[in-house]
Amino acid sequence: MSQYLLSVIHNAEDMAAMDAMTPEELQTVFAAVDTFNERLQREGAWVFAGGLQTHEATTTVDNTGAETVVTDGPFAETKEYLGGFWIIEAPDLDAALRWAAEGSKACANRVEVRPFQEEPGA
Amino acid sequence: MSDAHAAIERIYREEYGRVVASLVRRFGDIDIAEEAAGEALLVAMEKWPQDGVPPNPGGWLTTTAGNRAIDRIRRESHRDAKHQAALMISDDTPHEPTGPVEDDRLRLIFTCCHPALAPEARVALTLRLLGGLTVPEIAQAFLVPETTMAQRITRAKKKIKGAHIPYRVPEADDLTARLPGVLAVIYLVFNEGYLASSGEAAIREDLTAEAIRLGRILHALLPDEPEVTGLLALMLLTEARRTTRVAGGELVTLLEQDRGGWDRALIAEGHELVRSCLARAAHTGRRPGQYQLLAAINAVHTDAPSAADTQWDQIAALYDQLYAVAPSPVVALNRAVAVAELDGPEVALAQVDRLPLSGYHAWHATRADLLRRLGRSGEARAAYDAAIAATDNPAERAYLARRRGSLAPTEPG
Repeated sequence: MSQYLLSVIHNAEDMAAMDAMTPEELQTVFAAVDTFNERLQREGAWVFAGGLQTHEATTTVDNTGAETVVTDGPFAETKEYLGGFWIIEAPDLDAALRWAAEGSKACANRVEVRPFQEEPGA
Repeated sequence: MSDAHAAIERIYREEYGRVVASLVRRFGDIDIAEEAAGEALLVAMEKWPQDGVPPNPGGWLTTTAGNRAIDRIRRESHRDAKHQAALMISDDTPHEPTGPVEDDRLRLIFTCCHPALAPEARVALTLRLLGGLTVPEIAQAFLVPETTMAQRITRAKKKIKGAHIPYRVPEADDLTARLPGVLAVIYLVFNEGYLASSGEAAIREDLTAEAIRLGRILHALLPDEPEVTGLLALMLLTEARRTTRVAGGELVTLLEQDRGGWDRALIAEGHELVRSCLARAAHTGRRPGQYQLLAAINAVHTDAPSAADTQWDQIAALYDQLYAVAPSPVVALNRAVAVAELDGPEVALAQVDRLPLSGYHAWHATRADLLRRLGRSGEARAAYDAAIAATDNPAERAYLARRRGSLAPTEPG
């Protein structure tokens, strides 16, 4: 079994599309994601998942120098940011891609699949 | 001595895909498989000239490479526990397939052509691992620097390993979705060789031969997939005309080719495959896919004793079917060529002029030919110029220049 990060990346268009959604439409997406999450748990693929607040809520901490520097906002200005993610366990990439396809449909967004580094000795 | 070594190299390349695929299955690691296969070649170079080539060279190479891989893994104690474990549980089954779908090469080709890999990496990996071509050869064939090609292949192998792309033939549900990707890679390899615009001719011919070899393997492994059969037939019927395609450094169009020079054995084999596709389609009611239709079009052409005997109505009907499954302006352009024969160049030209292909040399060449037939020499000349400007292929340029030169002089004005 390997772990994969399934990340939901939002760009400006995705944000605009979400803002334009009615509460009912949003509710449909939430319900679909809940159903998907339950399936992940039932089939033993679930490790962790969560949706993130918007990037305005980000604080950057840099303690690589002499002093701890705390700044408002993300470290780099980007046009895309992480909206939410799943961490799943899957036997191989094909299985992870199948989960990602379902997750993408559920959350109505593109999903990026990225393998975790193997733990030493795993 | 060097002859013996050349013979061994040839056997090695022939068996490489089988050997590597078997080792990948056994050790779960492409790098280990490739290193071990390379070591087995060195052993063969040493032993075979004295002992003679063993009766089953592929089996011999696989066994030798397997032993070398085990030695290496034992030596390198820093190899992670996973490899050790793989070693302990692995069986030493012979590499001969037990059933068609069990073939290790089939697993490996689906890995190499995985949609999670970049298309150019799929082609390169397939040629490297299944075709046994070297990195410099692949780089040369695709006209990219060797370092670029090496990086492309290394990166793809790293992704296979890191992301755990499986060595597995997709299950029936996924097979339909994944097979077109594999066929596209094989056809791309074939076309890269066949439509060579420049580069080393010998390497290029290697590519068409390799694509046909991979097509034959796939057909043997998946005999019930009609598009696999269609692709093989298409390649055979195209390859059959190869030697007549260029004469005196000039491209010869299909209709002007010396049909006596076509390879009758390949044509017979291709026709047989097309017939089996047609029979299957009639039996299952499944609409033939694009490779079967392209093969059928080529079968109609190669069936005609002379260009004048071509069944253009059949060609046009097949292009209609092709357009229904693969609607592209290039298909429409090829259909228009048949229309010109059936309904005249004026009707065809009207269709061609509507196509958004002004960057495509064949569009200009087709227009030029139609305008020439309509006696519109001035416009034909401009179209030939545009066609010549849009292609780098020297044989094609030579052909177009001669056709332009044979136009009636434009009336002054």
